[in-house]
Amino acid sequence: MAIRLKEIDAVVIGMGWAGGIMARELTLTGLNVVGLERGPDHRPAQDFAMPGIRDELKYQQRLELMGDNSIDTITFRNQPAQMALPIRRWSAFLPGEGVGGTGNHWGGSHWRFQPDDFRLRTYLQTRYGATSVPDTMTIQDWPVSYDELEPYYDRFDKVCGVSGKAGNLKGRKIAGGNVFEGPRANDYPNRPMPASEGGAIFAAAAKSLGYHPFPVPFSAASAPYKNIYGVAMGACQECGFCTRTACEASAKASTVTTIMPALRQEPKFELRTRVFVSKLVYDKAAKRVTGVLYTDLKTGQEYEQPANIVVLSAFVFSNTHMLLHSGIGVPYDHATGKGQVGKNYCYQFEAPAAAFFPDKELNPYMGSPGGGVVIDDFNNASFDHSGLGFFGGGYIIASSGGSPPISGRSVPEGTPAWGNQWKRETVKWYYHSMHFNTQGSVYGHRDNYMDLDPTYKDALGRPLLRLTYNGTDNDHAMSRYLLSRVEGIIKAMGPAHYELRPRPKNFTIVPYQSTHNAGGTIMGTDPGNSVVNRYLQTWDAHNLFVMGASTFPQQNGYNPTGTLGALALWSADKIKNSYLKNPGPLVHA
Amino acid sequence: MADDSIPRRGFLAGAGVASAGAAALTAGLPQAEAAAAEPVPVQTWLVLTADEAAFFSATADTMIPADALSPSGSDCGVPVFIDRQLAGAWGAGAKMYRAGPFHQGTPEQGYQLPLTPRDYFAAGVEAANAWSRKTYGKTFDRLTPDQRAEALTAMESGKAAFDDFDAKVFFQRLLVITMEGFFSDPIYGGNRGKASWRMLGFPGLPATYAGKVEEYRGKRYVAEPQSIADFS
Repeated sequence: MAIRLKEIDAVVIGMGWAGGIMARELTLTGLNVVGLERGPDHRPAQDFAMPGIRDELKYQQRLELMGDNSIDTITFRNQPAQMALPIRRWSAFLPGEGVGGTGNHWGGSHWRFQPDDFRLRTYLQTRYGATSVPDTMTIQDWPVSYDELEPYYDRFDKVCGVSGKAGNLKGRKIAGGNVFEGPRANDYPNRPMPASEGGAIFAAAAKSLGYHPFPVPFSAASAPYKNIYGVAMGACQECGFCTRTACEASAKASTVTTIMPALRQEPKFELRTRVFVSKLVYDKAAKRVTGVLYTDLKTGQEYEQPANIVVLSAFVFSNTHMLLHSGIGVPYDHATGKGQVGKNYCYQFEAPAAAFFPDKELNPYMGSPGGGVVIDDFNNASFDHSGLGFFGGGYIIASSGGSPPISGRSVPEGTPAWGNQWKRETVKWYYHSMHFNTQGSVYGHRDNYMDLDPTYKDALGRPLLRLTYNGTDNDHAMSRYLLSRVEGIIKAMGPAHYELRPRPKNFTIVPYQSTHNAGGTIMGTDPGNSVVNRYLQTWDAHNLFVMGASTFPQQNGYNPTGTLGALALWSADKIKNSYLKNPGPLVHA
Repeated sequence: MADDSIPRRGFLAGAGVASAGAAALTAGLPQAEAAAAEPVPVQTWLVLTADEAAFFSATADTMIPADALSPSGSDCGVPVFIDRQLAGAWGAGAKMYRAGPFHQGTPEQGYQLPLTPRDYFAAGVEAANAWSRKTYGKTFDRLTPDQRAEALTAMESGKAAFDDFDAKVFFQRLLVITMEGFFSDPIYGGNRGKASWRMLGFPGLPATYAGKVEEYRGKRYVAEPQSIADFS
């Protein structure tokens, strides 16, 4: 029997990026906030300390910071006609667990979407014709514009101490920055990281072809930085162990490094870790959530935590799952295309390439992800899609570095995987290979969605979330096009050998590809096209706010975190300025 | 099965790297480390059976043969690494969803067996040795170096058909755990003397590389590799 606790002003479910932001912003407005986190707390001084944090086996291979599939996972199938089977261990994507969430182990690519990404359907239909978007492509405009979000993008830059170079300051284009980005009110808080040698070679070749290379915006401080919450961040040490690992220098931005130090001093905030939220308590008639049910994993006791405001800020899968399991909103029905919860699941379509330069010394283990160099000439609105047969695009990034010995050895295709020749080739190329990636968009398709699995259960006995997803013809064509652009640049770089590594026709849950999942609780203009409104407030419960990439109507050709953070700040501002004064629907449908 | 009654070779008599192994172990190492490595303790196993230890030593030595670049896989401690991994939380299936029902699924759906890594490798070694006996009349560890290479190639390409076990998938998992043992930090029992890091020119852990990307632009950075133990 659940023990009913005292009502609190706001409860936050999941203490990753969005949860951390909401907890900080709501306590700053004077609310008492409880943060519920399924995993452990993480304190950098002890949990992310040298030398143990620089352990490729523990973090990259054994996935120390990732979620525990034994208590909760999802099932997966490529097609609606198949039986979905459980993902028994994370691989293609790696949701994190514990305070900080996936933000602890991300690579720190910190992006804004293009202004036209926010009005995608309108933009495409205006530019390419009213009938240009196929019926099966379920894309829609965002209910919020780039200009509205810009101040919150700016604020999130200042939470994270982002290092980069602006390419568009208040409409003025700046060479050496991203000239395809929307206008920014301010430059990045910190100067960019130095380009890796591979990135520098790429930049020269891209420039010679008329493209516009610039340093990847990196969510880490390139110099010691104090953020807008008064939290001190260290400078990036370019250690080469960034992705899948946490930061020993507290330079890489995460809730743990940029928000928790302030929240730990905040008397209005209480953190409860190792608690597993099972359900939202929904009063359908009142269109309100009265609280949340959770099990304390340390005692086995179940609690009901009543709350005035509920912030659902878990990973994409858990957000969607929580609404489906709690009976909030109308589940997406694949057969009819009706219903919203679970609709428009979108992955990120990343396809890599590699090039080999026997004469260049690339010190492959050194440097940060911020050493990458990008061109954004082939993102959505950067180029003309006439006659290409697809929509969408993505940025192209190149770098050397971040290649530790278990997972980062690259040899030309056809090299034996073991034996004497494998050894010789491995040694021959380790210092002389570099990598490329394409950050491809994924546009919604009526066959790609999430619902509840009829067979498999989690540790609390709830049905697992079921993911039905496959790469679409549009997205494959987009990805092939991006790789063909990569090939052109690589040829201009003059390697001894190169290879493009396109994704196979069917999406497969091994190996790792990208942790950028989106959709399922998408935002829109009315309950007929979305789960949440422009302030991330659910249509079906006015005191329930859903955070994160699950609210993206589709996936753009950029990493999601920059926009996820900006949206959380935008929502928090609206709660502060409107909702608290007059609780109720913020948008009238 | 007369074969199986014959006592195993030296490294098994000493259950690991004693006798012949010791000389090979230190052969590739600089003086200081060679001295530190003496005397070589008798190898005991946490979970591996004698058959499994022999199998993993033989596969490690075939995948990572001794040459001018490094000592052999077993001399670098790969079987010790595998033993400790299979004995630990990962080997016991930690963080793995293991509820049924179980279905084979499509390749896109990934690993769908109820077996933990420890049980998976135990079953795999049994199946591989049964196939080796049927094909060559001997278990894998008793094959000649050429036969071992031929047998691994057959598993890798999918030509070897094990009874009730997917040989091709087994080969890939064996390759991954062998390479993890060769390349991971030496604290896990493999990569003895940082042999693979020396081979690659991987400096191990930096305290910091701040400023080094620019300082060593176009030039090779060279440093004595450091492991977690060196900082502790």
